Amino acid sequence: MSSDPILKVEDVQVSFPVGGLGRKNAILGVAGVSFEVNRGETFALVGESGSGKTTLARAANGLQEISAGAITFEDQRIDTLDRKAMKPVRKRMSMMFQDPVGSLSPRMTVGDLVTEPFRIHGIEGRNLREEAARLLTLVGLPTSFASRFPHQLSGGQARRVGVARAIALDPALIIADEPTAGLDVSVQGEVLNLLNDLRERLGLAMVIITHNLHVVHHVADRTAVMYLGRFVEAGDTEEVFSAPQHPYTAALLSANPEPDPDKTHDRITLPAEVPSLLARPAGCEFHTRCPWAQSRCSMDAPERQVTNGRAVACHFPLEPGARPPEIVEKAAS
Amino acid sequence: MTTLRIDNLNVTFSTEAGPLHALKNVSFDVPENRIVGIVGESGCGKSTLINAILGLLADNGSVDGGSILFEGQDELTTLPPSRMRDLRGPRIATVFQDPMGALNPVISVGKQMLNIQYRSPLSKEEKLNRAVEMLELVRIPDARAALVRYPHQFSGGMKQRIAIAMALMMEPALLIADEPTTALDATLEVTTIELLKDLQQKIGCSVMFISHHLGVIAELCDDVVVMYAGEVVERGTVRQIFQDPRHPYTARLLECDPARQSERTRNLPTIPGEIPDLRARPTGCIFANRCDRVSDACSAPPPDKDIGGGHIARCFVADTPAETGVTA
Repeated sequence: MSSDPILKVEDVQVSFPVGGLGRKNAILGVAGVSFEVNRGETFALVGESGSGKTTLARAANGLQEISAGAITFEDQRIDTLDRKAMKPVRKRMSMMFQDPVGSLSPRMTVGDLVTEPFRIHGIEGRNLREEAARLLTLVGLPTSFASRFPHQLSGGQARRVGVARAIALDPALIIADEPTAGLDVSVQGEVLNLLNDLRERLGLAMVIITHNLHVVHHVADRTAVMYLGRFVEAGDTEEVFSAPQHPYTAALLSANPEPDPDKTHDRITLPAEVPSLLARPAGCEFHTRCPWAQSRCSMDAPERQVTNGRAVACHFPLEPGARPPEIVEKAAS
Repeated sequence: MTTLRIDNLNVTFSTEAGPLHALKNVSFDVPENRIVGIVGESGCGKSTLINAILGLLADNGSVDGGSILFEGQDELTTLPPSRMRDLRGPRIATVFQDPMGALNPVISVGKQMLNIQYRSPLSKEEKLNRAVEMLELVRIPDARAALVRYPHQFSGGMKQRIAIAMALMMEPALLIADEPTTALDATLEVTTIELLKDLQQKIGCSVMFISHHLGVIAELCDDVVVMYAGEVVERGTVRQIFQDPRHPYTARLLECDPARQSERTRNLPTIPGEIPDLRARPTGCIFANRCDRVSDACSAPPPDKDIGGGHIARCFVADTPAETGVTA
């Protein structure tokens, strides 16, 4: 793939102060993450709730201050920009937030909502009514919807309005935080097809945050798996899915519920105790839950190793089809 | 015994533009000790159904026909509010999609879990121990320390597990779970499902589990009810629904699941068209305008056809298996 990064995230950390007065303490919501998103590419961030996906997305969009690292968007350092300087950048990089109805003002009509970006950025000389019609058509809504209010929309329609707002200013990158959460499968398909279609037609790059692995599999070119604010594995979606190298990725993929009641699950079960960010485990942070963990894992933190565009942070990367030791033992006896 | 028997339930909302028929002739059972999954698009009446069961319909909504019988004795549609209050919580518990809606942001988790037990004769110490026990059951790390923390100090997934712990603390007969795993990642979703199944068996309650996630439904539920535009279009055991869908809507819905597409595709299947306006329901089949097996007969109301073994589909052509277009 041609390397033409539109967004470059280098060693970014986001820390949040915790504790009361006199107790200076901080947790790292994002603990040193690097990735690039190329033009026209879809990049997926996967991980459990609390793993730092949304924080990372907010940091990339300048909504969250970072405590270390650098973010470059279209060859411009953006993490050092102040609010005012950030504003024009937001025209090029838009965000779709998680809650489809909650992110729309209940007192504005759909027409006002989709053209709000023009007003915010002081773009004049456009017929807003025509723009609204154009955007609604683009996302597959009837133009008559312009006079509706958000509460009159279904979940899928509200999503479409969210998409229309996100593409209003012809951005180069859309960051979509859980674009299909709460949607049923047929509507989910519609929204994803729409995003894909727009990506192709408008040459958009996309960062999609989701925990629906089936969705990732179909839409993302590359996927990064997050755990406790770090990437444990990143690479080409197809490769990551067919041969996960990090035990967490393998567990995540094996856990994916499938719509077949008779499917026999060959699951890698993990202890559910996710470590607290206040007390990160020493060594590899996944060793407390890892079925493959060895003594070294609790002492040395693994370095991120990159081979052929595939990054893995594990001392003992898995061979394709590897099974946890105790399962192998059981099968042998 | 049947924990919940819903029979020919009809719910109407009066709106400025006329009456909106939100639930039409809805019938199904939640048998004792079983997990019944409810599937359907947003706007198909799942929330209305829950609210009707809980007696929490909005002021402009009313039950105008049918019955909801709880544990064979309480007719929930006509139950006096005081009796309903006695049932909500201890007998019928709920877990909703958004855990923050269930948790009070300014009261510590421990205090909230104490408050729920206000009817219990246990001492405060015992109640706190019970709270710790429940938090451990839902795998909250360091459960005792969690008691003094506030909801915002937990991640979304943990909040949801706390909400589940609270819902099951009083060992209800029926748990209504509305999209409880939507916010969790795959490993935690699976653990939560296994947890729910485990807790359900331990407590011996029935569960009404509402979810968009067909994979979760397939894995967790014993029976499945498929809703569309306020009607139950098909119901049966989880195998009947997933392996032998008879209503065209069920078949299309299953087909739309990206998990069923083993080949990677950028063009996911959808169901073209929109749900009809519920203020002007068609006299015939509600799915006719989007159905690929539609015929002239569909302009008349379709019957609830009994396919056998408790498998029922509201469709004229339910006798013949629906084409799913999915190779198993």
